[in-house]
Amino acid sequence: MAKKKIGEKTAPEGRPSSFLQIRKLKYEYIRRDEENNVEGITTAVDDVSFDVKEGEFIAILGHNGSGKSTLAKHINAILFPEEGEVILDGMNTKDEDKLLDIRRTAGMVFQNPDNQIIGQVVDEDVAFGPENMGVPTEEIKQRVEESLKTLGMWEYRNSSPNRLSGGQKQRVSIASVIAMHPKCIIFDEPTAMLDPRGRYEVIRAARALNEVEGITIILITHYMEEVIHADRVLVMDKGKVKMEGTPREIFSRVEELKELRLTVPQVTELAWELKKSGLPIPDGILTREELIKEILKIMKEYIYR
Amino acid sequence: MIRDITLGQYYQTESVIHRLDPRTKLLGTLVYLISLFIFTKPWVFVTAAVFLLLVLVLSRVPLKFMLKGLRPIIFILLFTIIVNMFWIKGTVLVSWWKLSITVEGLKQAGSMGTRLILLILGSNLMTLTTTPTRLTNAMESLMRPLKLIKVPVHEIAMMMSIALRFIPILLEETDRIMKAQLARGADFESGNVFKKAKSLVPVLVPLFISAFRRANDLAMAMEARCYHGGKGRTQYKPLKYKARDFVAYFILVLYVAAVIVIGKFIT
Amino acid sequence: MKLIADHLVYEYNKGTAQARRALDDVSFVLDSGEFVGLIGHTGSGKSTLVQHLNALLKPDSGSIYYEGADIYEKDYDRKALRGKVGLVFQYPEYQLFEETVLAEVSYGPKNMGHDKKEAELAAYAAIKRVGLEDECFDQSPFDLSGGQKRRVAIASVLAMKPEILVLDEPTAGLDPAGRTELLDMIAELKEKEGMTIVLVSHSMDDVAEVADRIIVMDKGKIVFDDIPTEVFKHVSELETMGLAAPEMSYVLRDLKAAGIPVNEGAITLKETKEEILRVLS
Repeated sequence: MAKKKIGEKTAPEGRPSSFLQIRKLKYEYIRRDEENNVEGITTAVDDVSFDVKEGEFIAILGHNGSGKSTLAKHINAILFPEEGEVILDGMNTKDEDKLLDIRRTAGMVFQNPDNQIIGQVVDEDVAFGPENMGVPTEEIKQRVEESLKTLGMWEYRNSSPNRLSGGQKQRVSIASVIAMHPKCIIFDEPTAMLDPRGRYEVIRAARALNEVEGITIILITHYMEEVIHADRVLVMDKGKVKMEGTPREIFSRVEELKELRLTVPQVTELAWELKKSGLPIPDGILTREELIKEILKIMKEYIYR
Repeated sequence: MIRDITLGQYYQTESVIHRLDPRTKLLGTLVYLISLFIFTKPWVFVTAAVFLLLVLVLSRVPLKFMLKGLRPIIFILLFTIIVNMFWIKGTVLVSWWKLSITVEGLKQAGSMGTRLILLILGSNLMTLTTTPTRLTNAMESLMRPLKLIKVPVHEIAMMMSIALRFIPILLEETDRIMKAQLARGADFESGNVFKKAKSLVPVLVPLFISAFRRANDLAMAMEARCYHGGKGRTQYKPLKYKARDFVAYFILVLYVAAVIVIGKFIT
Repeated sequence: MKLIADHLVYEYNKGTAQARRALDDVSFVLDSGEFVGLIGHTGSGKSTLVQHLNALLKPDSGSIYYEGADIYEKDYDRKALRGKVGLVFQYPEYQLFEETVLAEVSYGPKNMGHDKKEAELAAYAAIKRVGLEDECFDQSPFDLSGGQKRRVAIASVLAMKPEILVLDEPTAGLDPAGRTELLDMIAELKEKEGMTIVLVSHSMDDVAEVADRIIVMDKGKIVFDDIPTEVFKHVSELETMGLAAPEMSYVLRDLKAAGIPVNEGAITLKETKEEILRVLS
């Protein structure tokens, strides 16, 4: 199980190379004591390989400290691999000349809504990325308008970010990334600090960007309900990718997930429990509708018998 | 209320003063402030007051908002007036115990007080009509020549802008941490100065840790959005002088001329 | 009767254009040994309310009586009150400041007037209570993992031996296993030590299984105050308030709508499972 190299298994079809290739990536944090002696080494990412196709919606699950955020920060060259390599849209993140190109290709939305808004006014924050990229003034204006409208935040363009709710702040952050016209957005636990309403707003935005604009999404989270719409789910533990598959495949493996300090969506767990009690319900039920359909099927069989 | 610091005390109207280029307002305020110190003559103060009133009327900011700015300096104002009143030697007007009020002292106190009031009101009017962001932009733009002598103008402006963004957040955080420690039985009020200072450790340590964490997060977020210093950076809202700014500068020149004429030739 | 909140009204930014009523005539009685879930979305006033329970905020009108005494009386010992009504803030790990876990947790009992030895004994018991290992005692709290830090912060309030423990969103940001472990620990505090618990959350799923009474707040008012099964019958009202009933009540509602004769009212996964099995057998 430990040495399973998932990326090599799912070689891309019909394309010369995938949009994102992560090859044998390894990253260690060195902990030092007060005298600067090495106290210990934590391997945050350990020999991880996988590919992502353009337009895919990938979810990375894992408990706190499983290495999922460290992995994510390699994709847009915030962190650099100690071993292995990361190739985004044909650019190696080790190539310093490509640094800005990489960061504009893969934008990132972070966890804390307050700590990623730079502008004092909403529209200025959205303009920050394009300004750094040297986009001409007239085009920045267009991009700010179009991004804020996409996220439904245009009416707040003159507001101070401090007056917005958590979900609205995250939507501003997403608009700020969109304004850079990225091909890919990495969401690093964007909903961890939000209430249910804010969580819904952010996830809905991420799905819409994927479906409507075709932007590749890499969503890092530990909320199970958020990943059921992903094309593919990776589960991380101790720096390694432990499971990979469609949400349905992953959520069929309830016991394995529990061992990795994760759960499954509640409906999935109910279906799993009912199956354990002897009902003929298939694995990997994801939604209420599916569960009810299965229960109705069982009811009918009882009646006809 | 804490949250409002971001917008400073900006008073929103669509007046011509609000729409002026922030550089015009910044330079105008500077000239106005200097004009208060060149001459110490009542008629100069009257001219300045008239000029200020004119701007106030144009800005459509209610008078009481401008006067509000005096509240924090009332103590300094009274102190200045009283010290000047009793300090200056000259023709004694009233005398009581060891103190005496002189004609010269009254004059000096009057002019210092007026000067201080006009100074505060003027700068207050600027912040009422200009957002901190626009002011930061103006400063960056006006200081641009200093780049030649290697002053990091862009970086200073960026720092000011980030500070303005994070001050309200950190104030709110201070409030939260203080409450959390109060809930653990902390006491910030009793005891002598030394004890009081010590009682703040449980607030300051978490506050600093939090500030550093935020700084770290913010730096990462800025890098992720392609920030690499001021090089090659374009502007979303570049400052551009409009016709009204040239009119404003013309009026400013007239004002300066009036002050000089009145200060030099009218006694 | 332990704590009575009597017609509390609290307004933010009083006397300005942005004035907003955070609490609008809030009254309830908290009995000893209860486990109350306090639910509301962000801005409903629930965090403002809990800051009144230990007199961190003072209401504009109304008052709170703890064991018969008005806590806003001039001579009332509010510091002692904060030892009895322990309040754990949201993200409490951000308030840690000491060099060792033991010193951190001793801070509360010391403030309550205990000497060093007593305080450390209380701290020791509290650290054990939240399930941290002995080797943590001398460690810096900043070297611990996120979940452990949160436990230290909770222990630092528990060490004051409160009679009522109020927790504001204690599971925010924790992973699923961390969430379950923490909720189990809180439920144990009630069961084993008879502590009165007020658990503030915006997630019904968090409180559904553990609370025996739920207070729902919206726009500064108490909208529902009842046993969980009764509260969760108001699914559509809860939804308009930006809240949701626990996932399981939706399953039962939909099953019923599909013509399967289940009884609504089950909240936990186990109850729901048994209800479905009962109908199908």
